[in-house]
This record gives sequence, structure tokens and C-alpha cells, in this order.
Amino acid sequence: MEITINILLTIATAATPLLVAAIGELVVERSGVLNLGVEGMMIMGAVGGFGVGYLTGSPWLGLVAAIVVGAVFSLLFAVMTLSLATNQVATGLSLTLLGLGLSGMIGTGFVGLPGVRLPDLHIPLLIDLPIVGKLVFGQDPVFYISILLIFAVAWFLFRTRTGLTLRSIGDSHTSAHALGIQVIRYRYLAVIFGGACAGLAGGQLSLVYTPQWVENMSAGRGWIALALVVFASWRPWRVLAGAYIFGAVWIGQLHAQAFGIPVPSQLLSSLPYLATVVVLVLISRNKRLTMMNTPASLGQPFVPDR
Amino acid sequence: MKKLLIAMMTTAAALSMAVTAEAADKLKACWVYVGPIGDFGYSYQHDQGRLHAEKELGDKIETAYLENVSEGPDADRAFERLAREGCKIIFGTSFGFMDPMVKVAKKFPDIKFEHATGYKTSENLGVYNARFYEGRYVMGQIAAKMSKTGVAGYIVSFPIPEVVMGIDAFMLGAQSVNPDFKLKIVWVNSWFDPGKEADAAKALFDQGADIITQHTDSTAALQVAEERGLKGFGQSSDMIKFAPNAQLTSNTDNWGPYYVERLKAVLDGTWKTDNVWLGIKDGAVELSPFTNMPDDVKAMAEATKKKIADGWNPFTGPVFKQDGSQWLKDGEVADDGTLLGLNFYVKGVDDKLPQ
Amino acid sequence: MRLELVKRPQRSALFSALSPFIAFALTLIAGAILFALLGIDPVSAFYTYFISPISEVWQLHELAIKAAPLILIAVGLSVCYRANIWNIGAEGQFTLGAIVGSMVPVLYPELEGPIVLPLMLLMGMIGGGLYAAIPAYLKARFNTNEILTSLMLVYVSQLFLDWLVRGPWRDPQGHGFPQTVQFNDSAILPELMPASGRANWGFVFALVAAVVVWIMMSRMLKGFEVRVLGSSPRAGRFAGFGLNRMIFFAFILSGALAGLAGISVVSGEINQLKPVISPGYGFAAIIVAFLGRLNPLGIVAAGLVLALTYLGGEAAQTALGVSDKVARVFQGMLLFFVLGCDTLIHYRIRLVGLRAKAPAPDPATAGKLGEAH
Repeated sequence: MEITINILLTIATAATPLLVAAIGELVVERSGVLNLGVEGMMIMGAVGGFGVGYLTGSPWLGLVAAIVVGAVFSLLFAVMTLSLATNQVATGLSLTLLGLGLSGMIGTGFVGLPGVRLPDLHIPLLIDLPIVGKLVFGQDPVFYISILLIFAVAWFLFRTRTGLTLRSIGDSHTSAHALGIQVIRYRYLAVIFGGACAGLAGGQLSLVYTPQWVENMSAGRGWIALALVVFASWRPWRVLAGAYIFGAVWIGQLHAQAFGIPVPSQLLSSLPYLATVVVLVLISRNKRLTMMNTPASLGQPFVPDR
Repeated sequence: MKKLLIAMMTTAAALSMAVTAEAADKLKACWVYVGPIGDFGYSYQHDQGRLHAEKELGDKIETAYLENVSEGPDADRAFERLAREGCKIIFGTSFGFMDPMVKVAKKFPDIKFEHATGYKTSENLGVYNARFYEGRYVMGQIAAKMSKTGVAGYIVSFPIPEVVMGIDAFMLGAQSVNPDFKLKIVWVNSWFDPGKEADAAKALFDQGADIITQHTDSTAALQVAEERGLKGFGQSSDMIKFAPNAQLTSNTDNWGPYYVERLKAVLDGTWKTDNVWLGIKDGAVELSPFTNMPDDVKAMAEATKKKIADGWNPFTGPVFKQDGSQWLKDGEVADDGTLLGLNFYVKGVDDKLPQ
Repeated sequence: MRLELVKRPQRSALFSALSPFIAFALTLIAGAILFALLGIDPVSAFYTYFISPISEVWQLHELAIKAAPLILIAVGLSVCYRANIWNIGAEGQFTLGAIVGSMVPVLYPELEGPIVLPLMLLMGMIGGGLYAAIPAYLKARFNTNEILTSLMLVYVSQLFLDWLVRGPWRDPQGHGFPQTVQFNDSAILPELMPASGRANWGFVFALVAAVVVWIMMSRMLKGFEVRVLGSSPRAGRFAGFGLNRMIFFAFILSGALAGLAGISVVSGEINQLKPVISPGYGFAAIIVAFLGRLNPLGIVAAGLVLALTYLGGEAAQTALGVSDKVARVFQGMLLFFVLGCDTLIHYRIRLVGLRAKAPAPDPATAGKLGEAH
């Protein structure tokens, strides 16, 4: 029993950064913008979070800094793609490139310093519940935030007027504009929200997952988050499911190895990626369903006519 | 605008000429690293070696380096660039640089090349390596003494001889204390992914290991040990700051003395190609202070370390292979050639070596 | 104050020509600030970055070597992107091309003669093309998002290469290290001018591919089909063009070119397979494709420029002690300025003061007004 709970806890820690970054990107993509710079924003959040956490000694301030850094960095993408209508794919990739370089530059002095860890938040009484206690009520703060984010985004997108507006922009920015909606303003806010989430995910890496700073420590997680959004066909709850399935396969293969299952480790390592492809195929076979959820104007630049 | 540009360029050209002229009487020594010097692991330690040499030799040398050089097609250019920019001796610190170095060394016979962890040498290409397995044997002994469950977890990157050697030495050390000792192995297929290393450490702990060691570069696994109140070993650098209550010792690379020695040889004009494999006795492999263990374990570790420094090889028979066949007869010592190409486990390792 | 874009009636030839220079000037200014902040003399930094890499013959060769795979891959990708098909897995197709092409010298090391090299190149193209056909098939058949599948297949291909060179294809004489046998001489792509540097035929392939694709895109029906389907699949269908056929065509073409780049790099420079054969060419090529404005000839220029920044970054590391990170930041800045300035080709930029802002236009007339501009 103990081991199952531990495994589940490990999965939760591994899935949380993916989940947080993906839910942010989901909102961005729902507004019709494709930001491939998640990896760059994440690593900037990681270095910002570590730096402020280390210098002030407060992991909480570090976490706030991670969010702010991610949001500010995403603003660069927003200005380029929204105000200057540059190509989103190229700008996003450049953002990742810049983020990896800039974070390394900023973080030069942080290498080899032990960071501060965000303490777990144990919710009294509830944590003593059998099984679910530790799993649901004895986790780190970012875990709770990630779950709240899913609730909040699901509610916002599908239960509020503003959410409806945002989705309509993603589906057709020209008709939204014709209805007098401030397309660019909405998209700015969406991109900044996505940046804040990616920054938070980065903060989780350097303040919870592995409290330290090293170059390139995001190690491709931003890309996985991007995959999760499509995997979830732009549905918040499916992002949750996807992140945890991915985390389970990821942790499962490590356990399989420790258990001594004689399969080439490269095959095991590629399982999460193959699984993503298979699930993507399964989901997209239902053509009507995906067409319905895919933001139709995703990735297309928009310039309001005057 | 155009005039200004031309003026700028002339100044720049003049400046760069001035720099070269001034530097002419210094020995220029250069390094090529495979990772970022900020990895706090392998490349970081080599760069510490470079800084050590700078401090020791002062204004007799000047140094330059290229970091993050991919082992693929960029490596040729990196070495060629350094050779053409006046470096008199160039250290390449990763195995994957071997063939590019062979090629470039042939092209520049007057420049000295030194390649870490390879096996191809020539007139102006030397090879150097460190016997990290010596430290790992000591670590294995400590692990067997300290473990309550009799199981250690071992996180590894890629199945190359260097890594296999480490696993085997660790196991032999552990078995010398506890013949039934168990070792669980997880390959993460990366030198560097702190998150994945942490996950692997958790998986190994969950499956009953209570001591962790790793042949990957980050401090993540040790931090997990610290959080869980268990024990572990550092790698490459002294990681005690990250795990003050968990680190037993750390197997550190200390390249500084070797770099100083080789640079002095170039300065004296006595440099010759060589193939050296340095160990504890040369100071290239250092075990950071033994901590978080009772005195008797510490005494045993010190004794073993001294025995190795005095010339004893952990790969001394009788040693059996994983399949049960005898590898080394009683008292037989493994020769360096076999060790450098090691691709099998010793008896008792519970894993199939990826082939 | 806010920025406002006004679409030009047609693309501006003036800014089309001028924008790279404006971008370059802006990069110089921002770079000067960056370097000055870091305590590096900006003048010598710029000299090292942009002039020193092209001031010596051997470096020109290196420039060609570095640019060749970028151009080859980006030219193929430009066709995809023009057709509105998002292949971002070129790195994987590069890897598979290298693997399949290397089957000849690795599995039949004794095979020699003039047939070996063409066979390898052909197999490399087939390998890359077939690997690209996987996301194409999934997209055409199941409507699966190709951005993700092609990206996931990158990771899978790298692990597959890793498994090969550590396992079945490992050189038995290689002391257990992860690498295949060295290719024999007839499996090595010859150098163009061995006397002066290392540049090999890969660069020629890149130029030829760029010209051929340029002709196809601008002079042939196929290019027209790509553009029509890319801008409006509906119109394409009315014209009788098949979208699914186009998906396969674009993917396989770009995959084959990426595969050719892969086998060229392995055969021309590395001469064996190793776990790492690419410093991220497949991803950098995406940027090159856009920097070149998806025009094959523009891509040649863009590939050379990006290669220059890599070389310049290395030169700055050794000559000035500028760290690798600064080099990357500088590269990122250049990319942002180039992308931003290209906006000027299609739009005029107006600064609008908040007070001067006209009352919100009636949405019904706004569209028409826009068209009338």
C-alpha cells in the first residue's frame, strides 16, 4: 500500500509542471494563438524562481517571481505576434532559444548553490484519512494550484461569458472583431496568462521538484506540455488526465527497470512519446469531435482592419 | 554610416591584432567541454581544473574554452578553431571528441592535443582518464555497511565501459562486506535531466533501496535521499551543501593537478604523448570527507582508500561474471585494456546490461 | 500610446529589401547595449561576430558546412509551411535518413566503389521520407495533429539511434564505446576543395535543392497547388487538388531533404554513426525557413546568416571570453529583430495616441474601409 501511495506521489510531482504549463497554453491556444515558446518561458520561470528564492530565502517569493518572470517574458512574444503580426511558430521557437540562453546567462552565479524548497502544505485532519489523505491533502502548494487551475480554467472557458468570448476569438477572429470584440486585447491577456503558468511550472521545477538551478533543467518538459494540449483536444479535464497518464508511463518505466524487467531501456524511455502518438491517433479518429474543439484560427496572425 | 563602419572595423582589427601580439609570449591552453560549465558536474569539474591551472601558473599561460560543444559535427570545427587561434595545447574532455581530435591533430602536428577518456593516441595526441572505479569500490563498501535493507539503488546514464566499470566496482566493494548485497539499476538515458534523476531515485527507494548512488551529473538524487531521511553518494563534485544529512561521501573529479603538470611540460618543452589513467594516489580521484556514518565505517573506508592509494586494484580476483563464469582467477588483476572496454557485469548485479 | 498596423495594398518592395538591414542595425544597437552591460567592448565583439568568421578561407568552408544541413532541411520545410502543413519533426527525419543511409557502410563495410555513395544518399532520402510519411499518414487518415506526432517521433528516432549504436551496430573493435565502424573511403562524401578547407558536397546539394524547389514553387503547377491548398483548402478542392495527396507530397519531400541532410552530415563530417549526430539542425532549420520568408532563395541567405551567428558565437567565446549563453541571447535578439522588421513588408506601423484614438468604427464598415486602403 505504502509503495502505491509513494508511486502516486511521485507521479503527481512529475505531472504537475506539465499540467500547469499545459493548462496555460490551452488558454492561449483557445484564443487562437500558438505559442511554441513554452520551454523558454518555463526555464526563465525556473531561474527567476530559484534566484529570488535563494536571495531572499523565501520560496514563496521565489514562486511569485517565477510567475512574474514567465508572464513578462511572454509579453515579448505577445508584442511580436499580436502587435507586429509576426509568424507565431517562428517567434515561439525564437522565444525558446532566447529563454534557454538568457536563463543560462542569468543563472551563471546560481550554479552549485542549494536552493530553498517550497514546504508541503499538510491540511490538518484530512491528511490522516486513509489512502487519499496523503495523496490529496499532503502535497506541495503547486500541486494544489495546478488542480485549482484546472477547475478555474474549465469554469472560465465554458461557464462564463468572457470565456465564451475568448473561445469565439479562437474560432474566428474576423467574426469576433466584426462583433466589436477587442481581439488583440483578449489575446494579450491569454498569452500573458500562458506565460505566467509556464513560469509557475518552471518555479515548480526549481523550488519543488529538484530545488536547485542548473542550465537546461527543464529538459524538454515545455514541449511535452505543448503535446498535452493537443492530446487533450483543448479540453481542460483531459489535460489533467493526459498529464497524469504521461506521468504514470514516465514513472512506470523507471519502476519497470528497477524491478529488473529485461527490455531495452531506450524502448522504455520512448514509451511516453509513443503512447502520446497512439492516444493522439485514437482521439483524432473521431473527426467531428476534434474539429469541434480545435480553435479554427489557431496560429493565424490577425490584424484588425480599420 | 559606411565610413563609420569602416572606421569601427579597422579599430577592431587593430585591437584584435594588439591582443594577439601581447599574448604571443604566453602559452595559450584551450579546453573543449561537451556540456555547459554550469552543469555542476562533469564539465564544471573540468573547468575548475582549468581555473586551478590559471591560478597555479599565473601569467605564464592564458586560457580559452568552448562549452556546450555537440559531439556531432560541431566538434571538428571547435578543435580546428582553437588550433588556428594559437592554442598550443588543447584538451578535449569528452569521449565523443575522439575522432574529431584524431583528424585535427593530424592536420596540426605542432600543436599538442589531450583527450580525456579515449583510447586513440598519436605523436601529438595524448590520452588521460581517471580511475573513478576506485572511489566507487569504497562507496560500495560504505553502502553495504550502512544499508539496513541490503539494497542500493544505482542511477545510470548510458551503458559505456566507464559506467559499467563503476557498477562492477561498487558491487565488488559491497560484496566484500555483505556477499548477499543487492543492487537495483535504472538507466535514464541522459547525462543530465535533474527531474528524471529525482524520479528514478524515488522509484528505487520505493522498491526497497535505502542508499542511492548515481552516474549522472545532477544533485537531484541526493536531494531526494535528504528529503526521505535516507543516504546517498555525490558524483563529480562535492554535493554536501545539497544534502548535509544524506551525503556519505562524493566521488569527485579533480583534474587541476594533471592540467598543471601537462602545461608545465609544454612550457619546459618536455611534453610527450602519453596514455595515463590516474587514480586516488595521483589525487585525480578524490573522495570528499566521509560524513553521516559511524566511526567504524569511516575507519574501514579510510583503510580501503589507503590500500587503493598504495596500489591495490579493486578488480583483483577471484571475480566472477554475472553468468557465473570466472573472470579473474585468485589474485589475478584485471588489465587496463579489459577494463577500458568492460561490457559485462560481475556476479550478483540484478540487471541485464543493455546491448 | 499603442501600435497599430495598417495593411499595405501590396507588399512593399522597398521594405522587402530594406528590412534585413534595419533588423541588423537594431541588433547592433541592442547588442552594443548588451555587450557594454557585460563589460565587453562592443566594437571588437561585433568584429568577432560578423567579420572574423568570414575573413579567413577555412572559416568560409566551415560556414558552408554549417549552413548546408540548415538550408537543405529548411527548403523542404518551406514547402510544408506554404501548404499549411506543420512538420516540426525534421530532426527525426534527419536522424532516420542518417540511419538508413548508413546501413550500407555499417552492414556491408567491405562494399566499395562509385556505387556506394549514391546508394547511401538515395537510401538516406528514402529513410527520411518514409519516416515523414508516418505523421503524413496519421494526418491524412485519422486527422491527427502533425505538429505533435512529428515532434514525438523526433524523440523516438533519437532513442532508436542510441539503441543501434550501443547494441546491434556497435563497432566490435570500438572498446565497447557507442559508435559504429568508421566508414570506408568510398562511403565518405568528398570535400569540394580539400586544399583550403573541409566544405563538402553537402553544400552543393543544398544549393541545388534550393534552386529546384524555387523553380517548382514559382514556375510549376505543383507550386501553385501548394500555395492554393495552403491559403485556402476549399478553393484547392474546387480546383481539383487533393489535400491528402498534398499532405503526403509535402511531408515526404521535406522528410527526404532532411534525410539527405542527415546522411550528408554523417557521411561527410562524422564518418560513422554516434549517439549524437546533430546539434539540433532540424529545429534551427524551422527558424531558417521563416527567416528566409519561406522562399528557397531567401532560405539560402538565412541559412548562411544563422550559420554565421553560430561561428561568430564560438569566435566570441574564444577571443573575448563571451560565454556561450551570451552568444545564444544575441542570436535570439537577431531573430526577433528580423521577424519584427519583416512586418514592415506587409504593414505600415502607426503609433496611435490614446487621445487621438478615433471612436470605435462601426464594425460593418470597418472591413470595407480596410479593403479600400
